[in-house]
Amino acid sequence: MNYTFNQKNKTIAFVLIAIGLVSIAASFLTHNHQAWSNLLHNTFYFMAISLAGTFFLAVQYAAEVGWSVVLKRILEAMGTFLPFAAILMLVVFFGNLMAGHNGGHYIYHWLHHDLYDPASAEYDKIIAGKSGYLNLPFFVIRMLAYFAIWIGFTRLFRKLSLKEDIEGGSANYLKARKYSATFLVLFAVTSSTSAWDFIMSIDTHWYSTLFGWYTFAGMFISGIAVMNFILVYLVKKGNMPFITEHHLHDAGKFMFAFSIFWTYLWFAQFMLIWYANIPEEVTYFMIRFEHYRPLFIANFLINFIAPFLVLMTRDAKRKLNLLMTISVVLFIGHWIDVFLMVTPGVVKEHWHIGWMEIGTTLGFLGLFMYVIQTSLAKAPLLREKHPLLQESLHHSI
Amino acid sequence: MSTKIAYGIFDDDDVVMHAIPKLQEKKFKLVDFISPNTINGLDHAMFLKRTRISKEAFMYGITGTSLALLMMWYMNIWDWPMDIGGKPSFALYKNLPAFIPVTFESTVLCAAHGMVITFYLRSKLLPGVEPHVIDVRATDDRFVMAIEVKTDADKDAAHSAMKALGAMYVK
Repeated sequence: MNYTFNQKNKTIAFVLIAIGLVSIAASFLTHNHQAWSNLLHNTFYFMAISLAGTFFLAVQYAAEVGWSVVLKRILEAMGTFLPFAAILMLVVFFGNLMAGHNGGHYIYHWLHHDLYDPASAEYDKIIAGKSGYLNLPFFVIRMLAYFAIWIGFTRLFRKLSLKEDIEGGSANYLKARKYSATFLVLFAVTSSTSAWDFIMSIDTHWYSTLFGWYTFAGMFISGIAVMNFILVYLVKKGNMPFITEHHLHDAGKFMFAFSIFWTYLWFAQFMLIWYANIPEEVTYFMIRFEHYRPLFIANFLINFIAPFLVLMTRDAKRKLNLLMTISVVLFIGHWIDVFLMVTPGVVKEHWHIGWMEIGTTLGFLGLFMYVIQTSLAKAPLLREKHPLLQESLHHSI
Repeated sequence: MSTKIAYGIFDDDDVVMHAIPKLQEKKFKLVDFISPNTINGLDHAMFLKRTRISKEAFMYGITGTSLALLMMWYMNIWDWPMDIGGKPSFALYKNLPAFIPVTFESTVLCAAHGMVITFYLRSKLLPGVEPHVIDVRATDDRFVMAIEVKTDADKDAAHSAMKALGAMYVK
């Protein structure tokens, strides 16, 4: 029941990484004005997926869930991408900061010095009022704190789980349960504030009190979709003979339910702003609806209608191919969702999705695949000594 | 009714689980099982047909959606055009975001009430109707197996088969 990262999959991952590097190099050499926002878009997206893995794992511990024990190794593996995401995020932020200082454009509008200088023609009273929170040192401290918390807990869970494989007993499980409760409290705060920092501060004037939750919902559902994809892939390869259709059914239910949860938050944010029609709020949707209309509509249709109608019946959640298809659809759908969060704020109406954008994503996907498969191969796919293992193996709904 | 039902009342779900394959061997048609708690794998072992209530719920839900949209279109667009959120567009599809919460509530209302009413009708539980109770303790610690039979002779055969397999009494 061990996974082996075979040569074919390694080659695929390396080819994707090579495509990504070529695309990133090409977008900087050809002065593609979307180059920085593409990097931020993909870094955030894959960071979110990875973070959702650790979050979901912590939920399983804190709620003492029995059925999901067979999925825990997948969630652990997803979390191991976080250090890479952290490095990429720091590279993107500081790289963009240097480029901005040398006359390039910033991703984050609030980094401009002139905005805070009352003597300058560029002085912006609203942004200057936010400088207590949005300033460079505090932003960097926050960013480092997020990564320290997220990576620290991810490594802790992994360590306890590997220790359990050797020692057995319930001591490591109880420890993991205690730490996961702490993590969930910290995650509740950091998932919101990191969404403000990484994404919402791009549109510096605009704010939405629901934004943290909206980003979290997107993060969660894309993580669940990737978890389902890995699960189905491993089942199809025969690496997980202990997975029954009952496990697939529950995993599919999560994908179905949290698509609706995402839609609920997406709509709650949209409707209040649409209804109230206040100029400073509505600008956010004006640009997205006027200039990004195909993506704006596709975002809603792909991420709500598709999983809602396809996964509604009981039988659909138990079919491997259907689950895999929907998880791929949701992966693409939420890629569009994050694109719509990041890109309009950076490049305004001058957007395009060409080979460089897709190539960049494929590069990130290659790295993600490489890291995930490496950590899947490092430990057995079944946690043989988990105290709730029997409950999971005999799960029946 | 051309068919009759033979009931067997058990006091142990384990006994029932062992009795099911033996009853099926004798070609008895097991149609229903009444239990105070869920028994894993029971519906699978009995080859029970899946309930159609989920499809009905979908239909009731769609009905609720349509009724709500029709109502709001009539009230706010047709009969008395409303300026919604400072946007006097007077078209259903343009004002749709404002109508979604009511549509959602109406969908849930119709789906939930539709299911409950369907359940009552199917179980013949209506106000003033004497409920058909097989064993009052079927909601406590007794289990009732229902076998569909055609003639009185078959009914007796089903009764004696269930008694032989551990039923407390038959009805």
